This record gives sequence, C-alpha cells and structure tokens, in this order.
Amino acid sequence: MFSLSVFIPLICYFFCIFFNKRIAEIKIEIVISALMILASLISIYVFFSVSEFNPESQIIIGNWLSSGSFLIDWSLNFNSLSVLMVLVVNVVSTIVHIYSIGYMHNDPKKIIFLGYLGLFTFFMLILVTSSNLIQLFLGWEGVGLTSYLLIGFWNFKDVANKAALKAFVVNRIGDFGFLLGIFAIFFIFGTVNFNEIFILVESQEDTFFKFLGFNFHALTLISVLLFIGCMGKSAQFGLHTWLPDAMEGPTPVSALIHAATMVTAGVFLLVLMSPIIEQSEFAQKLIMIIGALTSLFAASVAITQDDIKRIIAYSTCSQLGYMFVAIGCSAYGVAMFHLVTHAFFKALLFLGAGSVIHAMSDEQNIKKMGALYNKIPVTYMLMLIGTFSLVGLPFFSAYYSKDLILEILYLDDFDISIYVYIIGIIVVFFTSFYSFRLLIYVFHGESKSDERVAAHIHESPGIMIYPLLILSFFSIFSGLLFKNYFFGFESLSFWGNTIYNIFESDISYAVNELPLSIKKLPFMMIILGFLASLAVCRYLTKLNLYLKHKLGFLYTFLKNKWYVDEFYDFFVIKPTKFIGYGFWKSIDKELIDNIGPNGVSKLIKKFGIFVSSLQTGYLYHYALTIIIGLTIFISIYFYN
Amino acid sequence: MNILFYLILSSIIFSIGLLGIFINRKNIITILMSIELMLLAVNINFIGFSNHLNDLSGQIFALFILVVAAAEAAVGLAILTIFFKRSGSISVDEINKMRG
Repeated sequence: MFSLSVFIPLICYFFCIFFNKRIAEIKIEIVISALMILASLISIYVFFSVSEFNPESQIIIGNWLSSGSFLIDWSLNFNSLSVLMVLVVNVVSTIVHIYSIGYMHNDPKKIIFLGYLGLFTFFMLILVTSSNLIQLFLGWEGVGLTSYLLIGFWNFKDVANKAALKAFVVNRIGDFGFLLGIFAIFFIFGTVNFNEIFILVESQEDTFFKFLGFNFHALTLISVLLFIGCMGKSAQFGLHTWLPDAMEGPTPVSALIHAATMVTAGVFLLVLMSPIIEQSEFAQKLIMIIGALTSLFAASVAITQDDIKRIIAYSTCSQLGYMFVAIGCSAYGVAMFHLVTHAFFKALLFLGAGSVIHAMSDEQNIKKMGALYNKIPVTYMLMLIGTFSLVGLPFFSAYYSKDLILEILYLDDFDISIYVYIIGIIVVFFTSFYSFRLLIYVFHGESKSDERVAAHIHESPGIMIYPLLILSFFSIFSGLLFKNYFFGFESLSFWGNTIYNIFESDISYAVNELPLSIKKLPFMMIILGFLASLAVCRYLTKLNLYLKHKLGFLYTFLKNKWYVDEFYDFFVIKPTKFIGYGFWKSIDKELIDNIGPNGVSKLIKKFGIFVSSLQTGYLYHYALTIIIGLTIFISIYFYN
Repeated sequence: MNILFYLILSSIIFSIGLLGIFINRKNIITILMSIELMLLAVNINFIGFSNHLNDLSGQIFALFILVVAAAEAAVGLAILTIFFKRSGSISVDEINKMRG
C-alpha cells in the first residue's frame, strides 16, 4: 500500500513518455490525474493509519550494493516522518499536475512536462522514504536533475537555459559537501543505514577526526558538512543565488519544486539527522545564524523586487531560513510543522501568481499590473488567503507554525538566540510589507497594463482554479489540523523515535505561559508592515519617492540583492575563468596537446614520410636492398 | 682439377650479373640477361661440385636449372613486349610504377 504511493508517480512518468503522441493528449491527462489522485488518497490513508498505530518498519525492495560489510538495500522507510513527507509531496504534486494541464494548455511539449513532474515526484518520494544515505543521495541528485530539466523546460529561452545550468552548478557545491558528509559518516560509523547510525551516535560523542594535523570533533564535522549540502538544496545564504533565477521555469514548476518540496529537502535531511545535529552545539549555532541571515536577507531583498515570481521566490528563501532557525534551536518537530504549512501556502501563492500571469498574458512585472481585484476575483481571493497564511495572521496556518518558532526561539538558551529572535521579528515585518506590497501593486491602484493586455484579462479556467481551492483549504486549516502532531504531548507519541525530540512537557507549558506582549508581538509587526506598505505603495507615493531618494544607497543595495551575484562574479567566476583560460591555453593546448595527441600523430606522420621515401619504385633499388639484406643476414649467420 | 677455379669463375660471373642489375640504367633486357648470367654462375657451381664430389645429381640439377631459365627468359620477354606495347619504352629509369 505504502510502496504503491511511492511508485505511482514513476508509472505516470513512463506512461507519459511511452504514450506521448501515440494516444490523444486528453486521455493521457485523465489517466495521469486519476493516478496522482489515487496516490494522494493512498498517502492520506497511510498517514492517518500511521499516526494511530505508529509502526516503524522498513519495506525492503531489493539488494542494491553489497561489498563486504557495506550493504545497501533498496528500501522504503515506513515511519511518521516519511509518511508525513509523502503526504505533502503527493498532495501538492497532484494539485500541480492538474493545474499544469490548464496552465500548459497551449504548450506542444505538455505531456513531456507532465512526465518530468511525475519523475520529479518519484525522486522526491525516494528521497524522503529512503532508509539509508546512499538511496537518499540518489533521490537528492534525481530531484536536482529533474529541477534542471524543468527550469530549462522552455529551452528556446536563453535565460532559462542559463538559469537551469546555474541551479545545477550551485547545487553541485552543496552536493559535494553532502557527499563528504556521507563519507565522514561511513568513516566514523561504518554504516550508512539510518537506524544503525542513530544507535551508534551516543558511542561516538567524543570521537575526533584527524585531518592534516587538525583534530575535528567528528559529529560537528558531519553536521556542518551535511548542512552545506542542505544550504545548496534549500537555498540558504551563500548558495541561494540559483533560486530566484530558477523562476525562469514554468510557474507550476516553481510551485512544486522551488516552494513546496525540493527546497525543503535540506530541512528534511537535517530533521532526519537530528540525533547527530543534537550532539554538536557549534553546528546548531551555525545553522541558526545562517538561517537567520537568510531570512533577513531574502525578506529585505523581496521588498524591492518587481517580478511577481521573484518576490515569492525570495519569500520562500526567507521562510526556509525560519525552518533552519527552528532546527538550530532543536525544535525539529516545529521545523517540520512550518515545512508542511509552508508547502501548502507557498504552492498556493505560486499557483495564484501563475494564474495572475496567465490572466496578464505572461506579464510578470507587478509595476505593470494593477486594479485586477474585480477582474479576476477568485484569483484575488486565493492570493489573499495565501498572503494571510504567509504573513501569519491569526488562525491561518503560518500563525501556528511561525509564531511557534519565534516563541521557542525566545525561550531558547543559546547566547545568540535573542539576537536571532530580534531578526525573526524584523523579518515578520518585512514579510508583511512585501506581501501586501505585492497585493497592492497587482490587485489595487490604477491599471498600468497596456490596452491590448487589458482587453485580454480573464479569469483562469476551472482546471486551474479548483485545485487551488483545495490548496487554500489546506493553507487556512493545516495549522489548526496538524498542530497537535508537531508540538505538545500528542506529538511525542506521533514521532516516536523517528526524530530527536528534546521537548519535555515543560517547554510546551512555558510556551503557553509566555507574556501576552511576546505572544502578540508578531501580530503587531504584521499590522505595522501592512500599514507601512499601504502608506508607501498606495496612499503616500510621495513618501515612496522620498524614501527612495533619502535611502538611495540602501535601496540600490537591496535592489541588487546585496550584490551577492556580483560578489561571486568578481571573486569566483572571473578568477576561475581567468585560471581556466590560462590553463586551457598554456597547459592543455601547448603542453599536453603538443606532446600527447598532436605530438604522437606528428611523429608517426614524419616516420611515414621517411619510410615511404625508401619506396622509389625503381627495380634496381629493390634488388640492391635485397642483396644488402641477404649479405647482412648471411654474414650474421656465419659469424655466429 | 681444383674446385677453386670453378668457384672463382662462378663468382666472377655472378658478380657481373649482380652489377648488371644495379648499374644498368638503360633497359630491362639487360636485367633479364644479368639474371641469366647469375643462373649460369649457379650452374657452374653445381657442375663443379658434382665433379669434385663424384655425384651426378649436381649435373641433373644443372639441367633442370637450364630448363627453368629458358622458361623464365620466355616469360620475361613476353612481359617485356607487352610492356613496350603499353608504355612505348623499356627504359629502367622510367619504370617506377611500383611506387605507391
């Protein structure tokens, strides 16, 4: 039953690839949708049955590698963490599949697109259900590959190709860290199976790893290396540059891969490896700092961007930062909670943005939109729900998950926690500001689109709207519905031993007994952000100009995304290109080519010319050669 | 009679034949004649040794060689006439068609 929900997307992929152009598109679409809905229903059923009985087991599918004591099976982990992720991935993926049928309606390669989506879903499910690091790495690379294929899906666009390549290359840096982490784990523990690693963690607390005369605390080293892998995949500050560019892909891709599922793989991995992370205070602090930095960076950049999808992409980046902060203060369950709610409301926001773009004839600049609220009212409502969930208005989903992160942060006892908490509160303000700024520019004010586009504005077809209704339901209620699974007494029985659960009951009491001012602080910031955006973007446009003028430096700094891309361009790409060019010219072409292939071929050519010059074609030359040879051989014979 | 004289004679004739092949730049008939000379030198060797060792089989070999030489001369001259018909020349210097 459980394995069925994992393998159905793979069946979808093969179905799309084999039957593309052989049978009618509509038939393929119906079959794919039905299969995906089936997979979602199965995963919902499995989730609720697991949450009641909590059986921890592995489903072994087959043997993959066996080399001495190094055994790897193809296997599915069947526990509360994996069924939760399978639920989220399958539900969001199903909705995106159905939405894509409408969104990609006029695309000639629509079926291939659906096939790639299925393949992506399969790899993601392999990633989350894996019971060892190697199979997880397969899924990890698989989602990277399908992400590459889908970002560059419109490969007639040059920017899309470049963005796809960028995503792949930047992820490679992170993957290298992850790979080193796997090596280190195998070196220290002698196994890559999660169950065995977690049993052995306690015994390796004081192990040191010697490298080049340095002594590293083994578990800290492993945690940091794994975190580098997660930084690449989850677009944390430093390796985030690929995520905004990845918005060149079709919008359903952004919703599925770059908001709901793939980018959260890093969070998932760290939650999964929580027993190791928990042993290293340094790694926890690092994760917390990077997470906070990311959320501040991305939220501040989002304020100044004009591309509707990029704003949401930076928002994703910043919310991922929150999740890492939660991991940093050991609130693994809460990190998962935010992951789940974020998956729903961010997918909703992206698909809503896709609907806006669809209505505006592929216009993505929010400065060229406006006054859409009565022209596409359903999309407006959906975007409103998504935004309310994102900023965390009371009783929407992020209200439960994000506020919980902030409160636990407030109670955390690291010395840096309080600064991270302040950053978190500021980011709430920023989040509210850029979200409402987006809404105001897109849906209110005066229409700034040209007449040709304006005449064409229309509500999206039902196939794009109905899936969003389901998502909006989850965006509103997933916080309320799932709260008990992630935090408090019931969560202990739900998670069992699958994640390291530091929460004794007193923390949840402490959270409940926080003073009202702390409880209400995020809400105040949301209101403040809303009023600020209303003032700056709607009513006091002069203030907007004044601020831009006065804070010109800050504005350009944010507008240019903290100059991170330029920094990399100057310090990494240019030198690499320079060195590469030098090596290409001097080492590769001059040295290796001249001695190696070209040298040998020249030598053979020269030898050939010499030998062929002996063949004059004159009879007497041959005769002379024969006689000389005969004389030599006979003399040799006699003198021996 | 001493075998040595026979051997000296045959060596001289053989060398003349050999040099005839190398030094000759005029025509192919000379080459054919030189080959005949070399075969003759071999015959003289055979007959000399046959007399010296009192063994008749040497002389029988000499007869065989004469026959083969006659046949070879016939074939050679036939090739020569056909070649002359085709190229209009039998000069050795101009024949280098064997060069690839």
